[in-house]
Amino acid sequence: MKVLVCIKQVPDMESRFKANSSGNWYDEADLAFRMNEYDEYAVEQAVQLREQLGDAADVTVLSIGPDRVVEALKKALAMGCDRGVHVQDPAVSLKDPWQIASIIATYAKDKGFDLIFTGMQSQDRASAQVGVAVAEQLGYSCATTLVGFSFADGVVTAKRELEGGLKGVVKLRTPALVTCQLGLNVPRYPTLPNIMKAKKKEIQAIPVVDILKEEALAATASVYPPARKGGGIVLEGDLNDMASQLIGILKEKTAVVR
Amino acid sequence: MKALLVCEYREGKLLETSYELVAFAEKLGAEKAMVLIGSESEAPKVNGTVYLADAGKYGEYNPDVHKKIVLAAIERENPDYVAFVHSSFGWDLAPRVAASLKAAQISEIVDIVDGKFEVGVCNAKLRRTVTPKSGKAVLTIQAGAFSAAAASGAPQLERIEPADGASALEFVGYEPAEKKDVDLTRAEIIVSAGRGVGKKENVPVIAALAKAMGGELGASRPVVDAGWVEHSHQVGTTGQTVSPKLYVACGISGAIQHLAGMKKSDFIVAINKDKDAPIGEVADVLVVADVLQFAPALTAMLQK
Repeated sequence: MKVLVCIKQVPDMESRFKANSSGNWYDEADLAFRMNEYDEYAVEQAVQLREQLGDAADVTVLSIGPDRVVEALKKALAMGCDRGVHVQDPAVSLKDPWQIASIIATYAKDKGFDLIFTGMQSQDRASAQVGVAVAEQLGYSCATTLVGFSFADGVVTAKRELEGGLKGVVKLRTPALVTCQLGLNVPRYPTLPNIMKAKKKEIQAIPVVDILKEEALAATASVYPPARKGGGIVLEGDLNDMASQLIGILKEKTAVVR
Repeated sequence: MKALLVCEYREGKLLETSYELVAFAEKLGAEKAMVLIGSESEAPKVNGTVYLADAGKYGEYNPDVHKKIVLAAIERENPDYVAFVHSSFGWDLAPRVAASLKAAQISEIVDIVDGKFEVGVCNAKLRRTVTPKSGKAVLTIQAGAFSAAAASGAPQLERIEPADGASALEFVGYEPAEKKDVDLTRAEIIVSAGRGVGKKENVPVIAALAKAMGGELGASRPVVDAGWVEHSHQVGTTGQTVSPKLYVACGISGAIQHLAGMKKSDFIVAINKDKDAPIGEVADVLVVADVLQFAPALTAMLQK
């Protein structure tokens, strides 16, 4: 059973962001990068499947980006993936989701992956397109937004998160691709022995030009901070002063605080 | 310019969000047609063409089959844009349609600016405008970003069928939402805890404020995923969509999914250390403070 997990490295979302000087993405200076949160669930699910199947399974983890993404790959290897692939692309943020999907599909084609895991979206771009587009390009069956996963006899049973707490259960035949939602499992922390072991695992480097075959279908026109909504009152300063000001405002503006 | 709007339908009902697509098409200045995999009695009340495939025959959402139905409607209508709501239905189906057409997809559009599509970046801390380079484009719109158009009009129904009904995927059934121990949709005041409360042990600080205000405790998704607060308290697109008279967001930065679930509240107070957090965009009052210091001060004053 061959398994592929696709991960992205993204900035910590608690950071402050500003547009870069070209105005086509955010400025990456001073940002701390980490594995995309959704992808941690994808890695965990792949590793749990590997534990279920033992040595009959082999898990490859792939990431596209500049050299810093090797850190995210190392984390995935320390969590239990068997081998890594680094598609080297310093300009990854300027590619559109279709191109990112085509890079992954070109890599995966002819490698016989039975199952591919991705996050349901990235935290920075949040297009929620790449996983599904990879499945379409490879002709795999696909289910998105998983909060439940099981595998038996070549069939994936997936629980999809819908709206308002409702879930939908589907079965898919392999080869299949699933995209993982937050809360699917509890991603493990890599242990020190596993971090050491991961250092010996192979990370294959592939220059992106070798496997990028597609032109972009969409282009970013500009990136900018959102306009401030006018009229909002901002309170700053002493805690008790702010509390009494707030109570005054609420008494005046709402009927529910008296 | 023509837009084909893909309605969402579940368990025998047309979802009201389908009318948000109508509002979007109007803002775009596009002529609209719609496609529904559903029933005639639930057809959207709009003027114009509605392509209808029978849900009785094609069942609940199956992406492979629904894709073929949407493609059949596209072939008849030849639209410039194909639009979905960015929901578990839309974000699942749209990329499949886009890939079949080899068309650009632009996800979770919040506005149209100078003819370009505006989307959020990094939890809406930045905005981005995007333009398609392909002849046709597939679009998904953020739920709630375009106020639903009025349901008035009589559709002209045209039956369509998928090229074939084959699928590698089988729909098994729905699992209902867990029983709620609190119905936030009826609450007049909601005080919600976000990641900014730091840890589970701090949640009672927010619960105490909720109690002092006479409201219910709400929570953002990360707080529920971390197990600090029960899911029945979750506010947002995957939890409950609420519109109380007063909403107090404590340590919530304001991810799109959370904002979509509470921004229609009558009055919004945000307590946040970060003056630039996106929650500030929808807040009537932003208190710039550490919520763990401010909430107890406010609670004490309310109890006086």
